[in-house]
Amino acid sequence: MTRSTRILRARWGVSLGLIVLLEVACRTGLVPPLAVLPPSEMAAAMVELLTTEEVLANVAATFSTVAVAFLGAVLIGFAVGVALHGIPRLRRAIDPLLASYYSVPIFVFYPLLVALFGLGALPLIAIGFLAALPAMLIATLLGLDRVPPVLRRVARMHRLGPARTAALVILPAALPNLFQGIKLSLAYAFIGVIAGEFILSGGGLGYAIAYAYESFDNRTMYGLMLFVLLSAVVSNTLLSAWESRLQRRRGRG
Amino acid sequence: MTETAAHAVLRGVTRVYPGASQVHALGPIDLDIAKGEFFSVVGPSGCGKSTLLDVLAGLNPPSAGTIVFEGKPVAGSVPDGVGVVFQEDASFPWLTVRDNVAFGLRRLGMDAAEIARRVDYAVGFMGLADFAGAYPAQLSGGMRQRVCIARTLVLQPRLILLDEPFGALDQQTRLLMGDELLRLWRETGATVLLITHALDEAAMLSDRVGVMSSRPGRFIDLVETGWPRDRDSRIVSDAAFGAVTARLWSSLRTESMKAIGRG
Repeated sequence: MTRSTRILRARWGVSLGLIVLLEVACRTGLVPPLAVLPPSEMAAAMVELLTTEEVLANVAATFSTVAVAFLGAVLIGFAVGVALHGIPRLRRAIDPLLASYYSVPIFVFYPLLVALFGLGALPLIAIGFLAALPAMLIATLLGLDRVPPVLRRVARMHRLGPARTAALVILPAALPNLFQGIKLSLAYAFIGVIAGEFILSGGGLGYAIAYAYESFDNRTMYGLMLFVLLSAVVSNTLLSAWESRLQRRRGRG
Repeated sequence: MTETAAHAVLRGVTRVYPGASQVHALGPIDLDIAKGEFFSVVGPSGCGKSTLLDVLAGLNPPSAGTIVFEGKPVAGSVPDGVGVVFQEDASFPWLTVRDNVAFGLRRLGMDAAEIARRVDYAVGFMGLADFAGAYPAQLSGGMRQRVCIARTLVLQPRLILLDEPFGALDQQTRLLMGDELLRLWRETGATVLLITHALDEAAMLSDRVGVMSSRPGRFIDLVETGWPRDRDSRIVSDAAFGAVTARLWSSLRTESMKAIGRG
């Protein structure tokens, strides 16, 4: 058995162990059923809920909002990162703002965003976008900083123009960092949108969880919470698998 | 110098790095490198050896003077027929050995069969055939440098510029890589300019060695070794080898003292 297989098994073992522990604690009354449902019931509730039109509409609303916020953050974060990298003076001026960006709770801007964009999906997209943007921007700057200067000289030796140098040398060299940015952006967009739906929204998974919570509907609340958790884990696992494949190709897996 | 015509000619080449604290890095340099010659440059640290290579390669323009390669002025870009091997690991980590070597040929739009033929030859020539599908991270430092040499070799350059290509390798590997380089030079008939800080390497490999002064770098001595063309690393045991390295060191010692502030 390889080291990575052992680590994988240990990870699954710990996760399954904790689930079993919670199941036993709930079933034996150690944890009151009004506080937490047994995981098996959460799973059953989740499967049931995913067959209802109302929940599916909420899933579609949240996922489409996250997708727009995430794609916008990745594209614009990358473009701004490239531009900032090319203008060192501007970058020096903006660097301290970027460094302290995540110390500002962007949700305080929600009333302003509602005033600007109304009560539709736009303020949620804006929150998801604002949460995800700096991760991609910083990753782009870091990736471009870490391209060894000698690779740019190799490109010149092969008489590549700026566009071909970027496409054939700079981007592939910066890819590991860009990929980190993409992964983080997805996580931040997801967090931003779900939290935004919690605070003030008439739809989406965050809203549905908050509504179930206020109605003392534990079954719906835990079923949806499990679905959100699994969605985050699955998307992150898929991106991590893709990243590992990329690293293996570079002989670093 | 050999009797053949000059392949590259430098006249009054100077390089000054502009800025608040202007740095006069190089020159003026006058140098003729003969076609098919193996010419090495040694000099104290920071004397402008790599700057000389950069301006000769067209990677940086000279502040003054002219550089002519095969009768045409070198201005602003790497001329056709010039290949450069850098000191640092310049292999592309996202490409296999084979794709690294094929990189330049694919940019030229050559047909796939010709690319495969040339890559097979270069990979085999550099002893990398068993690693053609490997990624650089799976290779040793010496093998990665061989990948970079193969990537340059495959373009069939007529002038090969090497900037301390074996600087990061241990002594034994460097001697063996020197043999590889001599074999490459003999078989391709290319002109070679090697930048090195190792006097024994310069003495072993070269037809002629240029000794540079401390900054701004100028040639203070040109030493002809007189070695036969079919030499290899065993020449280090030749009685004349010691005399060549002694001459290089005697030219270089005062300049090296200056470079460390004791001149």
